[in-house]
Amino acid sequence: MSKTIEEINEKIKQGKAVVFTAEEIIDVVKKEGIKTAAKKVDVVTTGTFGPMCSSGAFLNLGHTKPRMRISKAWLNDVEVFCGIAAVDLYIGATQITQNDSANSLHPGSFQYGGGHLIEDLVAGKRIKVKALSYGTQEYPRKELTGSFTINDINDAFLFNPRNCYQNYNVAVNTSKEKLYTYLGVLKPDMGNANYCSAGQLSPLLNDPDFRTIGIGTRIFLGGGIGYVVWPGTQHNPGGLRNEKGVPRSGAGTLAVLGDLKQMKPQWLRGTSVLGYGVSLTVGIGIPIPIIDEDIFRQTCITDADILAPIVDYALDYPELSGRILAEIDYASLKSGVIKIGRKKIPTFPISSYVKAREIAQSLKSWIEHGKFFLTHPSAALPGKDSGVKFKRFGGKYR
Amino acid sequence: MSVSQKVVLRYPPSLTEKPVVYELVKKYNIMFNILKARFSADDKEGLLVLELSGTNTSLKKGFDYLHKLGVKTELLSQDIVRNENKCVHCGVCSAVCPTNAFYVKSPEMYVTLEMARCIGCEECLKVCPYNAIEISFDIK
Ligand code: SF4
Ligand code: SF4
Repeated sequence: MSKTIEEINEKIKQGKAVVFTAEEIIDVVKKEGIKTAAKKVDVVTTGTFGPMCSSGAFLNLGHTKPRMRISKAWLNDVEVFCGIAAVDLYIGATQITQNDSANSLHPGSFQYGGGHLIEDLVAGKRIKVKALSYGTQEYPRKELTGSFTINDINDAFLFNPRNCYQNYNVAVNTSKEKLYTYLGVLKPDMGNANYCSAGQLSPLLNDPDFRTIGIGTRIFLGGGIGYVVWPGTQHNPGGLRNEKGVPRSGAGTLAVLGDLKQMKPQWLRGTSVLGYGVSLTVGIGIPIPIIDEDIFRQTCITDADILAPIVDYALDYPELSGRILAEIDYASLKSGVIKIGRKKIPTFPISSYVKAREIAQSLKSWIEHGKFFLTHPSAALPGKDSGVKFKRFGGKYR
Repeated sequence: MSVSQKVVLRYPPSLTEKPVVYELVKKYNIMFNILKARFSADDKEGLLVLELSGTNTSLKKGFDYLHKLGVKTELLSQDIVRNENKCVHCGVCSAVCPTNAFYVKSPEMYVTLEMARCIGCEECLKVCPYNAIEISFDIK
């Protein structure tokens, strides 16, 4: 049994495509068996919704009169990157506001930053701009104070260099002090374990070898349509895998891009992480075309099949020791309590499985209603045998 | 031990000239914070929302004093409320909630709030990444 993307798209066009989410497909296979189900299913949709710090947006404000080559700028008091052409800017999701006291009174609450700015922009809110320039002969303007909305500017596109981690750490704290991390509050003496993955719904866990997801793949991004444009930074496909070929740690990542003007604020949420900073919570959904039985088998993965490493965020994470305390599967994590040695530890999620499910459902409905067509990747992502590896800082310290 | 209590005072116009709050401080050693002050348009009633702190006994004496003057008092309870439009069901609050008032319902993974278990510690309010938890003052 095998199908081409063209055949699947033809069925989508006729409104006949058979689509399930990566969660629903588990029950379908239980009832009908892999072989029968594989023949009938055309697409399996995935989803994830969690804080993704390596995110941001490029804007082009449109030229001022007289012209200005902006060299420094703040949008709603959040500094943006201006080291590119005249009125092009990049908003970084983790940039905090100018006068934020950060962690000087630990843990800082980080009320507003780049992530919130992107959410406000997408929501159509009016954004304050302040910009400076040193002035040149053809760009004489030196100062700009004003405001705009997303509809007033030429371009706004989300460009996230690292999203959609294939798998992720489970964080615990072996110290005697409470820790405030990007994976939430960690109580002393391993009082809790926090995890951050959609597990069986997570896009890259449903196509672990990147057979259908590649550069150019069309996806659900922030409530609109986006594309995979490159392997994400720190893409590490060669890491350990279990007997089903599923990565047992972070592994693959994606760089994604899409027009901000058609996205929805509910799927791009500014995020304030106590004691850590600000971020952007991004909704991503990726369709997996069922081109053969092998790929179908992979989309049938369940939480029980996926292992994540438990990492000590008091010692091993900050020191980059590479040590993991144990491995644990997502079914156990989602049950609410796990065991490390003899110790029972309550577990809590950081990313939203509920929203991940909603994303997979939306994408399913777009496809069923002929509003979303599948793509062939134009190039493959580096896979497990590519030799591509995550490196520590390889330069010199002094 | 010092306790604090938010309270709504309603008093007749005849009392608006009296230094009622000043007396509370002087006579009963009660500290106060004005949260809201208002006079109704027709001047029928003055309204003051205060946060009072003192010992249990001093607060009790203070309330007796107010009642004698003809001031009506109502205690305010402080409830956390979840803004359903902002909540994403992430579960970050459940990790810090000491009473499991916020908990994740497995396997559907909805984050549920069981108000009966809430002790109003506000830990969840501090950690919610999406600003989805607010405080509402209800009159008891
Ligand atoms: S932390 Fe906030 S957004 Fe997350 S589940 Fe709790 S109330 Fe909802
Ligand atoms: S106020 Fe305290 S007890 Fe109540 S829900 Fe929040 S964390 Fe739990």
